[in-house]
Amino acid sequence: METGTVAGKKDLFRELASAHLERLYGTARRLVGPDAEDVVQETLMKAYQGFDQLHETGSAGAWLTSILVNCCRDRGRAQAREPEQVNIDDVDDFSLYRKIAREDPFPYSDSLHLDFLQQFGKEDVTTVLRSLPEIYRVPLVLVHMDGFSTKEVAKLVGAPLGTVLARLHRGRKLFEKEMWEHAAATGLLKERAR
Amino acid sequence: MINCSDAVKQLWEYLDGAMAESDRRAIEEHLDVCKRCCGEAEFAEELRGFLADHASDELPAYARIRLTTFLDEL
Repeated sequence: METGTVAGKKDLFRELASAHLERLYGTARRLVGPDAEDVVQETLMKAYQGFDQLHETGSAGAWLTSILVNCCRDRGRAQAREPEQVNIDDVDDFSLYRKIAREDPFPYSDSLHLDFLQQFGKEDVTTVLRSLPEIYRVPLVLVHMDGFSTKEVAKLVGAPLGTVLARLHRGRKLFEKEMWEHAAATGLLKERAR
Repeated sequence: MINCSDAVKQLWEYLDGAMAESDRRAIEEHLDVCKRCCGEAEFAEELRGFLADHASDELPAYARIRLTTFLDEL
């Protein structure tokens, strides 16, 4: 960003970064969990170093997010589950709606599916998201939680639109499947039965 | 007409409005006659809202202090 003086550059960067701090932290929390704070700080440092590459202040949000996604990717690479570690063979046919109806975890409920969703707190959602391989988690979070369009996500992650759409589709199905598995493993399905 | 399995696979894309016109019509024709898939579609819509509702993540005070201090010290 062309700002004239060094002080002017710092001030403008601080202003832009501060305006996006909360959103960046939220995205990082969903992508890397407890490392979010470190990742945001790393993002700010890299963004400041590359501030000259930002041409319009109006695109600061997307620009900061793309740096954040890369930082999360680097950080999460060592810990993330690889796609092959997750059973995705039958995921396209998985339906959480049918699974809940078939297993009927809350027999006395007259709003079974909504009750299932209501068992999930924010930490549960973060845990489920973090169980997804990164290539599926990133588009899911950016599109459904951070409000980016699929075209914007394609640009942010540097992948063709078709690839992003395919990963988003699989990410949604995996999210449904992992929600069920998380609920079963952590006792969320028994809450109402007590 | 498409079957339930094909309809369910495409429900999220249908709700995104990201389908070709002919595919969208095929889903709608199926939903017109299939009560179970209507339930699936309603639930998929709930799930979209559920994800959006869990998006906000308040920046804890200690993290805000750390990050704004970092910005101040640039």
